[in-house]
Amino acid sequence: MLSEILVMALMLAGAFFMFLAGIGMMRMPDLFLRMSSTAKAGTLGAGLLLLAAAIHFGDFAITTRVLAIIVFLMLTAPVAAHMIGRAAYFDGVPLWKGTVRDDLRGHYRASTHALETDSIPEEDRLPDEAGFEVRKPDLDR
Amino acid sequence: MTDALWTVILALLSAGLIFAFLRLARGPYLPDRVIALDLISILAMGFIVAYAVRFNQPNFLDVAIILAIISFLGTVAFAYYLERRV
Repeated sequence: MLSEILVMALMLAGAFFMFLAGIGMMRMPDLFLRMSSTAKAGTLGAGLLLLAAAIHFGDFAITTRVLAIIVFLMLTAPVAAHMIGRAAYFDGVPLWKGTVRDDLRGHYRASTHALETDSIPEEDRLPDEAGFEVRKPDLDR
Repeated sequence: MTDALWTVILALLSAGLIFAFLRLARGPYLPDRVIALDLISILAMGFIVAYAVRFNQPNFLDVAIILAIISFLGTVAFAYYLERRV
């Protein structure tokens, strides 16, 4: 009975966090904020749901499997988010207009696809490097 | 009581799925669609886990493992493609 209540509570919390990830995906103003909301809320929601499944079945083999999925998700979600964020920034996706700071601006050399500590001359930057100017949405690029 | 709770859980997951799908349809940039797809696959995994518990079928959890791996590989592949495209 007690474990049943615990399972339902964890399931409800996990589903709620996944719902929040969906809301963040819809409502956040730019790609990077969307990514921060979904990577964290989505992983936490999936982790809670999986934990509820482990408690519900209460079997050693299943618990091992579930813990493996949780560890895998927690390892890969930040890696995937980082790679997409990096690629999107260099692809020229604009930041939100309320953004205060952009530390990467002017440090990407377009000819070698590399980040450098020194400031890059204007002519070797990307033509539409992510910044505060707005790029048109791409439909067919 | 439990039935009502299950309805709430599945409704929350469905609402998240609808929002993620709207973002997939709206874009406006390609990376937006990629992260929407990523969220959709994580939500599908949540659905599978919820169904595994609801209908007492631990075998469904294997599908969740596969989905987690595939979604990570897909996102990394998209990121690689985006980075090469610039």
